[in-house]
Amino acid sequence: MIENEEKVPKKELVGKVQQLISQGYRFVTISCVELDEKYFDLLYHFDKDLTLITLRVVVERGETVPSITVLLFGAFLIENETQDHFGIVFEDSVLDFGGKLYLGDDVRRTPFCKYGIKDVSKTKQESE
Amino acid sequence: MFKKFIEKSQLKSPWIVHLDCGSCNGCDIETLACLTPMYDIERFGILNIGNPKHADVLIVTGTVNHRNKHILRNVYNQMPEPKMVVAVGACGLTGGVFRDAPNVVGGVDKVIPVDVYVPGCPGKPEAIIDGVIEALAKLAELQKEGRKKK
Amino acid sequence: MKNIIPFGPQHPVLPEPIHLSLTLEDEIVIEAVPALGYVHRGLEKLADIRDFNQMIQVCERVCGICSMIHALCYCQGLEDMMKVEVPERAKFLRTIWSEIHRMHSHLLWLGLYADSFGLESLFMQFWKIRERIMDINEVTTGSRVIVSVNIIGGVRRDISAEQIRWILGELKIVEKEFIALQETMNNEYTVKKRTVGIGYLSKELAHSLGAAGAVLRGSGISQDMRQLKYAALSHLDFEPIVEYGGDCYSRGLVRFREVLQSIDLVRQAVDKLPDTEISVKVKGNPEGEVINRVEQPRGECLYYLKGNGTKFLDRVRIRTPTFANVPPLAHILPGADLASVPVIVLSIDPCISCTER
Repeated sequence: MIENEEKVPKKELVGKVQQLISQGYRFVTISCVELDEKYFDLLYHFDKDLTLITLRVVVERGETVPSITVLLFGAFLIENETQDHFGIVFEDSVLDFGGKLYLGDDVRRTPFCKYGIKDVSKTKQESE
Repeated sequence: MFKKFIEKSQLKSPWIVHLDCGSCNGCDIETLACLTPMYDIERFGILNIGNPKHADVLIVTGTVNHRNKHILRNVYNQMPEPKMVVAVGACGLTGGVFRDAPNVVGGVDKVIPVDVYVPGCPGKPEAIIDGVIEALAKLAELQKEGRKKK
Repeated sequence: MKNIIPFGPQHPVLPEPIHLSLTLEDEIVIEAVPALGYVHRGLEKLADIRDFNQMIQVCERVCGICSMIHALCYCQGLEDMMKVEVPERAKFLRTIWSEIHRMHSHLLWLGLYADSFGLESLFMQFWKIRERIMDINEVTTGSRVIVSVNIIGGVRRDISAEQIRWILGELKIVEKEFIALQETMNNEYTVKKRTVGIGYLSKELAHSLGAAGAVLRGSGISQDMRQLKYAALSHLDFEPIVEYGGDCYSRGLVRFREVLQSIDLVRQAVDKLPDTEISVKVKGNPEGEVINRVEQPRGECLYYLKGNGTKFLDRVRIRTPTFANVPPLAHILPGADLASVPVIVLSIDPCISCTER
């Protein structure tokens, strides 16, 4: 459990972010954690006067997440990174690299996921 | 006569091009430190330039990943023959601490042939200068062979 | 007429590979789209095969320039998670080394920055001064760049009284030589011509784009993670340095003044250096979640760590300062001349290996 943490359902995320911005919070980053075979945690970190608050959103594998880049342009890099590493797709992103921010065109896999090993070995052989 | 002149100047004043290939910056700043008043490689006539088409020696730092291997090959192919490649740092040699990371191919020699390996994490400026000098000795041998063939 | 010019990844002014697609109309940039991935290694994933002690060495190599501070952030996070009380002397030593690291990073940047607007002799001068700092690193820790002193529960090495005297002597020379360059760096007509008013970022934009470090402070927002009083900073006098111009010149000025501030902080820390142990033994494995933030030379750095009770961490998430400064960069480039692009790119102090990890 992290200090100043709040659980937010996925539907209310954009509204909550909007509310924080109007209160003068500065966007810090998003952290993504793979919980188990089915779920991911997305942690949205915001900062105001050196206090950090965190919104926790639980996402199911294969689901899309609403993008917050409409409100915060600064989030485009981290959203694309998360898409590269974990394969979570963000809807209506302002600047979408389509999962190719870091990875080469010949690599098609999500390197940060523990589960889905079958897929990885297959694409690994292809890329080599 | 002209050819002899070029061969001689290649050894006496080699031009190097530096390519950062996914290193942690440690080796890069040490390579840059070679240029500064403390180590000053320009006193040996070694010049750091940005254009691979002018260069004789390629200094590569860092691991190779799936995206920059194309850049590395591209820069290497643009350099005129005869050319030398110096790989700097543990990452450039084998992949170092990153060898098991998901997006890492491995050392520089998996993509292009490497002539001199400079170890260290990061390689010290003295070692890097030494590596370039070593590469020049190899270059001289190459030139000799080239003359024999004719 | 519109032209698209690729900038990088192998470019003479950049020591590191970043690629920018610049859309130009005549000589003016109208759009800049960054493309990354040339330094990506995916080292956060290494937490699966390296245990939490070995991860310190991996974290140091996120970025060679601020290696010590990365390890500091990671160790502080884990100490927080495992409820370890670090001895006072270790805290002071950590502060001393991290400030020395900040000086070396800023001097490096000032040199590269001078080079970006063509003052090569100034580049040489800054790097000449920097060699003294590198010597301090080498004498006290054994390595010039990657300073591997942090362990969980303290530090690995001590600084002797004799070394401290020598360090203070070196710092005196550094300070004198550094101040001698002040006139050129901050008041010279040609330097001002290239930097004042270039790459303007307003206070509101800096805030909403989530900028960090000198970019944020150069735009008039007084925020420095050292205000969190981590390590020994609670015992030292510290005020964040703020400039209000929001342009390249202000960002340069912030970093210039921070070097002098770091010298001051090292002196304060050396004065108050307590005489205790330098490390404690740590037992058990980390469990739980923790966030730790420190101020790096480039800005705020955030580590999110999640342990599961085994010696392998579940997740190590590293948010580095340049990562936060790339969106502001994409915002301030439009409107600039093509010739100013290198100056603006360098003014955020890009560290690409940090950004991509």
